[in-house]
Amino acid sequence: MRHFRRLAQVGAVLAAITVLAACGSSSNKSSSTSSSSGSNASSGTGGSSPITIGTSLSLSGDFAADGQAFERGYQLWVHDQNAAGGLLGHQIKLDVLSDASSPSQVVTNYQHLIGSNHDQLVFGPFSTLLTVPSARVAARYGYAFVEGAGGGPSVFGEGLHNVFDVTVPVKNGLVTWAQWVASLPASQRPKTAAYATVNDPFTQPQIPVAQAILTAAGVKTVLNKVFPAEVTDYTPIASQVAAAKPDAVVLGSVDVPTVSAFVHAFIQQHFNPKAFIATAGPDQGDAFVKAVGTGNENGIFVPNGWFGGLKKADSQKMVAEYIAKYGGTPSDVNADVAEAYSVGQAIAQAVAATHSLDNSKIIAYLHSGVTLNSVQGPVKFDSLGENTAGVTQTFQWQKGNLVESIPTTAAGASPPLFPKPAWVG
Amino acid sequence: MSATALLQAIVDGVLTGGVYALMAAGLTLIFGVMDIINIAQGAMVVLGAYLSYELETKAGIPLLPGLLITIPAMFVLGMAIEFCFMRRVRETERAAMSILVTFAVAIIIEGVLSKAFGVDYVQLHASYVDKSIYLLGFYLPWIYVIAFVLAAVLLVALYALLYRTRFGRAVRASLQNRTAADLIGVNVDRTRMIAVGIGVAITAVGGFAFGATNAFNPNSGYDLISRLLAIVILGGMGSIGGAMAAAVFMLVINDVVAVAWSPTWAPLVFFAALVLVLSVRPQGLFGRSGVRAQ
Repeated sequence: MRHFRRLAQVGAVLAAITVLAACGSSSNKSSSTSSSSGSNASSGTGGSSPITIGTSLSLSGDFAADGQAFERGYQLWVHDQNAAGGLLGHQIKLDVLSDASSPSQVVTNYQHLIGSNHDQLVFGPFSTLLTVPSARVAARYGYAFVEGAGGGPSVFGEGLHNVFDVTVPVKNGLVTWAQWVASLPASQRPKTAAYATVNDPFTQPQIPVAQAILTAAGVKTVLNKVFPAEVTDYTPIASQVAAAKPDAVVLGSVDVPTVSAFVHAFIQQHFNPKAFIATAGPDQGDAFVKAVGTGNENGIFVPNGWFGGLKKADSQKMVAEYIAKYGGTPSDVNADVAEAYSVGQAIAQAVAATHSLDNSKIIAYLHSGVTLNSVQGPVKFDSLGENTAGVTQTFQWQKGNLVESIPTTAAGASPPLFPKPAWVG
Repeated sequence: MSATALLQAIVDGVLTGGVYALMAAGLTLIFGVMDIINIAQGAMVVLGAYLSYELETKAGIPLLPGLLITIPAMFVLGMAIEFCFMRRVRETERAAMSILVTFAVAIIIEGVLSKAFGVDYVQLHASYVDKSIYLLGFYLPWIYVIAFVLAAVLLVALYALLYRTRFGRAVRASLQNRTAADLIGVNVDRTRMIAVGIGVAITAVGGFAFGATNAFNPNSGYDLISRLLAIVILGGMGSIGGAMAAAVFMLVINDVVAVAWSPTWAPLVFFAALVLVLSVRPQGLFGRSGVRAQ
C-alpha cells in the first residue's frame, strides 16, 4: 500500500513536471483585461461610441519584457491618436489580453477578442512564434492583422492575405552587419566565425543568410550550434564557442538572459572576440547593461529597424512622450515600443484612407502598394505583407550608449568599434 | 569532439550541478518533512535572488555577507507560508493538494515581485562573478566553485541536522507518524513550521547562486521548477544527498550531450535517463526509505 502511495506521488509530480515543462516559462496564467474590455463600439463611421481594438500581449512569461514594452507602444499611440480625434471621430479603447508568451493561449485570446468581444480591429502580438498561430485566427474571421514583431519567414510562408508586418523582415536582420564585415580589408577582416542560435523562428532564419555572406568573403565557420529556448545550462555551448576561438561570434538570441549568459561565460573563459553580434537582447537598453555588467556592453552589435535617437519628427515626439511618462533616456526606449506604435500608425492611415472600419477594405488598401509613414520610417507591403520599404540598421554599444553604426554611410552613424574593446570583467 | 571538450563539459556539469543542488535542497527538505510538493520553489529562488539584488544595489551590502540577512528573512517567510498555506492542507490529500496551494503561492510571489521590480532582467554582480581560476587546463569560474562549495557545506549541515540532532529526530518522527510523535511530546506543528522555514531559508542561498549566474526577472521561476522537480524525483523525494547527486547527474548529462551531440537533444536524453532510473528504482536514486534507515 505504501509502495502504491509512493508511486502515486511520483506520478503526480511527473504529471506536474509535464504540465510545467509544457507551459515552460510561458506560464499560462489567467488573462487580464486592461483599459476596457468587451464593450462593443458602433461599427459604422461617425458617432461618439468608442472603437475597440483588441490585442494579445505577453505580459508574463518569456516575452514579458517585450510584451510590456509593446503594450506601452500601443497605449502611447492610442493616447496620441485620441488626442488627434481618434479614428473616424471615435475615441479608441484598447482591449488587451495576456497570453503569458504561450502559442496556445494567444489563439484562445484572439478567438475571444474577435468572436466574443467583437472588437472592430485587432493588433498583432509580440514575436514571430505567437504571430503565426494568431494570424490564422484573424484570417478565419477576415480581420486585417497588422503587427510589428512577426517578421520571421514562417509568418509569410503561411500564404495568408491579411498579415502585414510594419517592421523590416527578420531574415535580413544580419545582412548589413555581415556585408560590413565582408567589406573590411582582408588584413582586418575576421578569419573565422562561430554561430550559435536558439531554435526560434525569429533567430534561425537570420543565421544562414549572414553565414552565406561571411563564407563568401572567406570567413571560415568553426562552429554552428542550435540550442533550445529553455536550455538548462548555457555554459557548455558558450565554452565550446570560446574554445573554438573565433574572430567573430554571431548569436541568435531572443532575450537578455541568453546574451548575458554568453557574455559572462566568455569573460570567465578569457575569450574576447573581435566582433560580437546578437540578434536580440542588446536592444533592451538599461536592462541589458544591468545584466552583462556596466562596461561589458561596449562593442556588442545588435540589428534593428529603429533606435531611440532616430532623427525623425514623429519618432522624437514619441520618445519624448515615452520618457515623460516612464522616465529614462532615449537609449532606454525599447524598439518594441516603436514597432507597436507603427502598427497603430499604419492602421490609422488605412482607416482614414478608406473612411471605414471594414477589415476587407483595410486589407485591400494595405495591399494596394501605397507607402505609409511610421515612426520607424516608410512602410510598403508586398503581396506577402512584408515591409519592403524598411531598412535594417546595425547598432553598437559605444561608451555606454547604443548608437547607429552600420551602414557606416548613414547620416549620423558612428564608426564601428572594431576590434571589440576588452571586457571590463 | 576532443577529449578536452568532453572533460570541460563534465567539469561545467559538476559545477553547475552545485547551483541546481542549492536550489533543489529546500524543495526536497520540504517534501521530506511535510509531503508538500512545493511548486513555488522556483518563485522562491527568484525571490531570494531579488533580496540579494536589493541589498547589493540599495544598501551596498555585498552578496555573500548579504546572505546573513536574506537567510533569516527567508526563514521567517517560510514559517509564515507554512502557517498560512501549507498547514491548511488536509493530511490525507497533502501531496496532491499541495501542488495547487503552492502554485497559488508562486503566483502571489511573482505578482508581488512584478509590481515591485517590473519585468526588466537584472543580474547579481560581484568581483568574483566573472573571475575564474586556471586549473589543469580549464578555467573554473569562481562563482560556480563558490556555489558548489556552499551546496556541499549546506547539504552536509542539513543532513547532520536531520539525522544527528534531537530536532531532526522530531522532524522525522512527525512525518512518519503524527499521532505517535504527539504522544511522545513532539510539538508537530511547530516542528514542521521550523523545518519548512529552514527549507525556504536554504533557497536564499540558491537564489544568490542563481542570480549570480543568470539574468532573471519575476517570471524566471517557471523555467526552474520543472528541472528542480526532476532533480528531486531522481535523487529520491526527501533525500538531501540525493538532490546533490541528481543535480550533478542531470547537469553532467545535459552538458556532455550538448557538447558531444546537440544541445537540442540534451533534455530528451536526461528525461530518458530519469524514466530509466525510475523504472528500476521508483523511489529514486536515494529514495526516502533508504535514507531514513540510516
